Amino acid sequence: MEKVLMKGNEAMAEAALRSGCRFYSGYPITPQTEILEYLSWRLDEVGGTFVQAESELSGINMLLGASAAGARVLTSSSGPGFSLKQEGISYLVAADLPAVIIDVMRIGTGLGDIMQGQGDYLQLTKGGGHGDYHTIVLAPNSVQENSDMMDLAFDLAEKYRHPVLIASDAAIGQIAEAVELKEFREHDRDKYEWSIKGCKKGDEQRKIQNTYYTMPSYPEYLKAKYAGMESNEQRWESYRVEDAEVIAVAYGISSRVSKEAVDIAREKGLKAGLIRPVTLWPFPVKAFAGLKSVKAFISVEVNILGQMADDVRLATQCKYPVGSYGTFYDIPDPDVLVEKIEAFYEKEREK
Amino acid sequence: MGSSKAVLDSSRCKGCGYCVEECPKDALFFGKHTSDKGYTTVELNEEACIGCGVCYRVCPDYVFEIVEATE
Amino acid sequence: MNLKVPESITFAKTGFCPGCGHGIAIRLIAEVMEEMALTEKLLAVVDVACSSLAIDMWRFDTVMAAHGRPIPTAVGVKHIRPENPVMAYFGDGAAYNIGMAETVHAALRNDNICVFVVNNSVFGMTGGQMAATTLPWQKTVTSPYGKDPKKYGTLDITKVIGQMDIAYLARGELSGAAGIEQSKKMIKKAFEKQLANEGFCLVELLSECPTNLGMAPVDMMKHVHTAMAGYFKPGEFIDKGGSGR
Repeated sequence: MEKVLMKGNEAMAEAALRSGCRFYSGYPITPQTEILEYLSWRLDEVGGTFVQAESELSGINMLLGASAAGARVLTSSSGPGFSLKQEGISYLVAADLPAVIIDVMRIGTGLGDIMQGQGDYLQLTKGGGHGDYHTIVLAPNSVQENSDMMDLAFDLAEKYRHPVLIASDAAIGQIAEAVELKEFREHDRDKYEWSIKGCKKGDEQRKIQNTYYTMPSYPEYLKAKYAGMESNEQRWESYRVEDAEVIAVAYGISSRVSKEAVDIAREKGLKAGLIRPVTLWPFPVKAFAGLKSVKAFISVEVNILGQMADDVRLATQCKYPVGSYGTFYDIPDPDVLVEKIEAFYEKEREK
Repeated sequence: MGSSKAVLDSSRCKGCGYCVEECPKDALFFGKHTSDKGYTTVELNEEACIGCGVCYRVCPDYVFEIVEATE
Repeated sequence: MNLKVPESITFAKTGFCPGCGHGIAIRLIAEVMEEMALTEKLLAVVDVACSSLAIDMWRFDTVMAAHGRPIPTAVGVKHIRPENPVMAYFGDGAAYNIGMAETVHAALRNDNICVFVVNNSVFGMTGGQMAATTLPWQKTVTSPYGKDPKKYGTLDITKVIGQMDIAYLARGELSGAAGIEQSKKMIKKAFEKQLANEGFCLVELLSECPTNLGMAPVDMMKHVHTAMAGYFKPGEFIDKGGSGR
């Protein structure tokens, strides 16, 4: 296996084409633009198609067309640009189309800022666009995982005929780390019966449209699909939780800092642990079962409100106090984080 | 031309009247025929029809077929 | 002479209003495909508005795109299946209102697809609201006193993309047998150019919407030929093959 030094964003781009993706249509926005820049020449090298679209709207709808035609397709954006893609994601879900969409998260509401952030948890995990849907959301926390999760994302998208989102973030996207790249896989655009390819005499006409137009049992179908994802696709990492009294819950860049904080806290005598959701949806509820000594949870995120904290409350059926520590612009400092965890836990114990 | 005739599937007719307006021989007309959907549907005076195909071309609802008469 | 609607027309549903021009346009496309032996190859993209009803009227593999986005969707399809003819078939509201950026940029890229815009001068599916193509002083449900040209202009697509390096730009009318035959020739030419990889082809088809213009169908047909074709001149505006792909 070749090991190379790559930026997180470039690793995702390279991994996507190694997963058989040959179509990308996107629009520049910091901090994800390296994905476009890389694919603008790299897809050409492997005989794929790169289109710099006139907007995120156009990009996501080109992607929809390419997916309908049977290709493995990718687009990417960040924060404000991702919001613009939400309508298209809703259409992808409605039409049962696979696609992988990366959000290299930044910070803030409105324009927000290009700084490090995890500002999009709510819009990624709660549907985001109009209608009834969820999307599988994978949250890598290293350049290696940025690469590894592309394979998984495309496979899940194909398995469920459903868009899959990658919740990367500015820090993971911009740092360079050693990464072991996967082997190339081929994708055959004629693999799926359902994709449009030309209606031969005697064929049933293929219609890529709202699935419920032709499926009277659509509500049951949709519920079963999401129930399947919830039971089969929860992914997480638990760290020193067996005897932990206070458990930090963090994903992406925050989980790396939190892991360090847990070790520091342990050295100081505080029994801390970490649950790191790898899938933000389905939220890894299973990770919260059977914890014997836990007294409280604290969600650690790079945003103001602690967007994930409610999901921790739901996962624990509101049986424990759940706090949140959100930095705004900055990646949390491990020592400061330990102090915050200590203070939170102290306060909860006094109650 | 005279050997061709229009054949109608008036169940498809929505009574827009484009064919009646455009027919060069005034061979099409609205009488008392109505479809299941309640539209007054077009009728043909076969004697007058020259099979020119104008009705086929202007009809949005595929009512007409032009068939060459075979002896 | 034998004339028969092609087998690619299903007759399964005829959801269009009495006198609507869509039925004519759909037949023309089906005939052109039959004549060019492309019926089994055409990949179609429609909008969510009135053109969406076409998905059940023909047997072409079809994608129903979001409102105003049939062009980028068709571009995505064409990139994956370049050997298939690909068309975006939709109305003026989608093409020139909400999807105007997509229309202009596809022309700018000279994307090798056929675009057929059924221009009826209003928003049909939503009930007859004013569009970019609504004629000056035309009354609609959102311009009840008539469209004031000082407040809202009337968009002629040939003035927007008429100087671009594209393969084909034409306008026909779905009114009267002669106008309809002329429109068919334009549709055919557009597909021929796509097969020759010449690039972006847009054919606008002036069309009846008796329901939303509040006219009897025959009056509406005459209105297309007089008022609409008077403002939006039919003809071929670009026919130079573009710079190729």
